[in-house]
Amino acid sequence: MANDPIHQFQINKIIPIENVGGLDLSFTNASLFMVVTVAAVSGFLYLTTANRGLVPGRMQSISEMAYEFVASMLRDAAGTQGMRFFPFVFSLFMFVLVANLFGMFPYFFTVTSSIIVTFALSILVIGTVVVYGFMKHGAKFLGLFVPDGVPGLLVPLVVLIEVISFLSRPISLSVRLFANMLAGHITLKVFAGFVTSLTAMGAIGIGGAILPLAMTVALTGLEFLVAFLQAYVFAVLTCMYLNDALHPSH
Amino acid sequence: MFVTQAIAEEAAHGAAETAHAAADAHGGGAFPPFDSSTFASQLFWLALTFAFLYWFMSKVIVPRIGGILETRQDRIAQDLDKAHELKAEADEAIAAYEQELAQAKASANEIGNKARDTAKAAAEAERHKVEAKLAEQLAEAETRIASIRDQAMADVGSIANETTQAIVDRLIGAQVSEAEVQNALGGANG
Repeated sequence: MANDPIHQFQINKIIPIENVGGLDLSFTNASLFMVVTVAAVSGFLYLTTANRGLVPGRMQSISEMAYEFVASMLRDAAGTQGMRFFPFVFSLFMFVLVANLFGMFPYFFTVTSSIIVTFALSILVIGTVVVYGFMKHGAKFLGLFVPDGVPGLLVPLVVLIEVISFLSRPISLSVRLFANMLAGHITLKVFAGFVTSLTAMGAIGIGGAILPLAMTVALTGLEFLVAFLQAYVFAVLTCMYLNDALHPSH
Repeated sequence: MFVTQAIAEEAAHGAAETAHAAADAHGGGAFPPFDSSTFASQLFWLALTFAFLYWFMSKVIVPRIGGILETRQDRIAQDLDKAHELKAEADEAIAAYEQELAQAKASANEIGNKARDTAKAAAEAERHKVEAKLAEQLAEAETRIASIRDQAMADVGSIANETTQAIVDRLIGAQVSEAEVQNALGGANG
């Protein structure tokens, strides 16, 4: 089943830890790549900034650029007040980005192609928004659902729409990332599978395999773009939602 | 804190999601991303790893990189301040130099003028002196010439007397006294 495009998403237990209070908490390949992702992010950021160079080296520049990139993103969306969430947004961005990029290696498991992972991260974002919003503004946080300057008659309708849009946020946030990674990897696998099955058909097959091969190469480039873009989109939307928690009135 | 929050909320939402997922998963063996039997393990390890990442970021990485950037910003601002200071100093020095130069030029002019004036005055004085001396010498020479001429004139008279005496002696052989000659010639000389 090497050609099965779904096989890459199979979760295998590496260290079975079954039945912890009725839950299966086994250390799987997904867990392994979460650990690898976190280790890579922490290790890279930690080691490249160890010198604390006044004039940064190449590697330190990368860390600083990532920092500045997320910092300016958050500052633009949520203002200086939003900077208290910076470690959170930076962690999210780096985690999603590196998990996506690791997914581009053959035989690596893509952590973000699992709906439960992206959904947990989205719920984390929305949960933070709701908890912080109520902590900071109390009941005034509900003003988020009542835009200014709406005629009294329309208020119930608008509030309904706003509530639905708010509730759909974690779903759209998680499904966007999950679906992009999943679809990209399946497409890549399908086209790569064409190459192997066509070359098995002899000389004509090898000639015919050129097209899917070119397609695979192009898609790989596209997937790298998508890996970065989805991490960026995830972080930008997080910043915007956090802005709602900080400034609930429209 | 946020992570545990997420898991709690997740439990509720997750169930609904799974029901949909299972229905969509082509009937047969569950589509791995929607296989709810792996959810607990994934959530547990995600919570663990992401909590660590968040902790490490907020405790180590963010303060460190923030510190590096701040130090650099401070250093740049400091250097800029210093550059401004040095520039102001340089401007001041240039202004002082120009002032000094203008002063020096003015004093040089003054010295030049003074020197010219004194030289002119000295030359004038010298000229006056020389002129006075020349005038004096001229006057002296004139008086000497006059006295010499008077002398010569006087000598001419006595020569005429003597000559007359000698002529008279030769012509008439008579000794004439000088006084007589003088008398006789008085009219002619006069």
